[in-house]
Amino acid sequence: MNVHEYQAKQLFADAGVTVPRGTVAQAADQIDQALSSFTDGQAVVVKAQIHAGGRGKGTFTNGFKGGVHVVSSPAEAKDKAEAMLGNVLVTKQTGEEGKEVGTVYFTEASDIDKEFYLAILMDRATSKPVIIASTEGGVDIEEVAEKTPEKIVKVLVEPTLGIRPYQARQVAFALGLSGDSFKQCVKLVTKLYAFFWAKDCSQVEVNPLVLTPTGDVLALDAKVNFDANALFRHPDVVELRDLTEEDPKEVEASKFDLNYIALDGNVACMVNGAGLAMATMDIIKHYGGSPANFLDVGGGANEEQVENAFRILVSDDAVKAILVNIFGGIMKCDVIATGIVNAARKLDMKVPLVVRLEGTNVEQGKKILADSGLALEPADSLAEAAEKVVKLAAQS
Amino acid sequence: MSVLVNKDTRLVVQGITGSAGSFHTIQCMDYGTNVVAGVTPGKGGQKFQDSVPVFDTVQEAVDIEGANVAAIYVPPPFAADSILEAIDAEIPLVIAITEGIPVRDMAEVKARLSTSNTRLIGPNCPGIITPGECKIGIMPGYIHRPGKVGIVSRSGTLTYEAVWQITSAGHGQSTCIGIGGDPINGTSHLDAVKLFHEDPDTEAIILIGEIGGTAEEEAAAFIKENVDKPCAAFIAGRTAPPGRRMGHAGAIVSGGKGTAEAKVEALLDAGISVAETPSHIAEALFKVWKP
Repeated sequence: MNVHEYQAKQLFADAGVTVPRGTVAQAADQIDQALSSFTDGQAVVVKAQIHAGGRGKGTFTNGFKGGVHVVSSPAEAKDKAEAMLGNVLVTKQTGEEGKEVGTVYFTEASDIDKEFYLAILMDRATSKPVIIASTEGGVDIEEVAEKTPEKIVKVLVEPTLGIRPYQARQVAFALGLSGDSFKQCVKLVTKLYAFFWAKDCSQVEVNPLVLTPTGDVLALDAKVNFDANALFRHPDVVELRDLTEEDPKEVEASKFDLNYIALDGNVACMVNGAGLAMATMDIIKHYGGSPANFLDVGGGANEEQVENAFRILVSDDAVKAILVNIFGGIMKCDVIATGIVNAARKLDMKVPLVVRLEGTNVEQGKKILADSGLALEPADSLAEAAEKVVKLAAQS
Repeated sequence: MSVLVNKDTRLVVQGITGSAGSFHTIQCMDYGTNVVAGVTPGKGGQKFQDSVPVFDTVQEAVDIEGANVAAIYVPPPFAADSILEAIDAEIPLVIAITEGIPVRDMAEVKARLSTSNTRLIGPNCPGIITPGECKIGIMPGYIHRPGKVGIVSRSGTLTYEAVWQITSAGHGQSTCIGIGGDPINGTSHLDAVKLFHEDPDTEAIILIGEIGGTAEEEAAAFIKENVDKPCAAFIAGRTAPPGRRMGHAGAIVSGGKGTAEAKVEALLDAGISVAETPSHIAEALFKVWKP
């Protein structure tokens, strides 16, 4: 789960990680109040709050350029904020449709002496949290890793011991800090790790972490991702979820415990099991089609879930054909077949449907489909099903 | 014959009285798995299905019934605790079926595992089966058949697909190991391949992977250097968009790492027969294995 920058910074501040002071406005009439704590002539950074990156270079559909501005007074900040709020920002990560900006974030502009990179994430290879730091901040870290890997330091933390003082020092030394700045950095890294662990983050990223001319160290940006599996123990984090940032079909699917991800193709698919669902997308592509989604209905889907899954699939106007691929183990094929038939009748589906059933009670399942009188295309193997559905999608 | 589990396995089921635990335990007992005990804290003294004694602790199941393998169906918030309890009771093999355990909990479990002699399989996995002898987990038993092919996979239903193709072709499996779809798991592709490599009754190996991490590449490197048995593989997720979690928590391409292309390349480089589609997994194996 992702949160907005302003929410991440608030969480950082609560955790004792130093960030620039900031306020937010979520409607035009909140702008004056939000800017009242800034003094006349003070430089302000105005940032549109959407989850996608590339905001600075983005363009609003109303023609206004840039989702991030540094201005020299609160009055100017107000002008910029008014141009952003309620308007749609298109960046390289949002796609053409863009994202409506519901929140604008004002922060103090900081003078910068040096920019660093700092992140903490779970390292799969070692099954341990790893702190990643670099003197090359404010740029694309993937590029640094590729071109100058010697400029990246990695510190592995023992999960059962937590971060130790020498490890935080290791990071501060690697960034070339000394004196009071060194101490501030050690404190910041220690607090950030504590936050990462306590809140079950899958990743926290500070890019850039900055050193000011007066020697202060602070997190100028903040990006936080949370482990979806652990949200049950963080109701405060769940409250930060912004549903407008997610695909409405994905939000709808999550209500029914369906694992759905929208894609941009025209062949929809419904599958049980995540691995098989991915493989089904692959085989659609292999036969020349383009998958419209990833959908795993899980190992024990009931009729209601199957019906809702279909409803979500057909709500996507781009969908020209649907492939159902079920390998019935625990999930019996006759139950699935009944669900499909009922859903197809209720929803009056217009797009062609190819159904491939295999596994427990497969013969009963096939009979239910055949007897239904519905225009379903049965298929015996996944390859045959994929070929058929791709052909049907191309025709309709 | 097999690896890890067989007819001598004495299984304790943690979470045996829960809905998932009881349903699947009955299926496993019907298959012939020797279920000797169950554990549900607070329900010690009961009998499951009028035959299997239920205990409050795993230690009692070990002391009284001689349990040597544990299966875990405990809900995610409590599952890591159950794994740790099984490790403390010195159970040599623990199979965690539970899906949705927080990654932080698994990092702690993994650290504890490294100081123990316990092997963990999973979590978030279908389990393990030695056809005709012992089924532990949620896979449909009847699609399997005793035979010579060892299968290791991160995915449940995709494994069934491969198993069914082998069985339909008239062959069978030595053991099928579902290692699970989470980013931190107990047994890797590499570990499972080593077991099949050393098992005299496994003639051929199928490795089913998916995007995310580098576990498939590590197994491929080992196969290239050490394994003479014929191997086939399939990698799911060639069409997955980067940065999105595809159902399994571990199935995510991040920073250009963990792509299907990189994995397929490593597998081909190791001389492994890679299936183009999930429908052609058995076919890919039969290209290199003449049973």
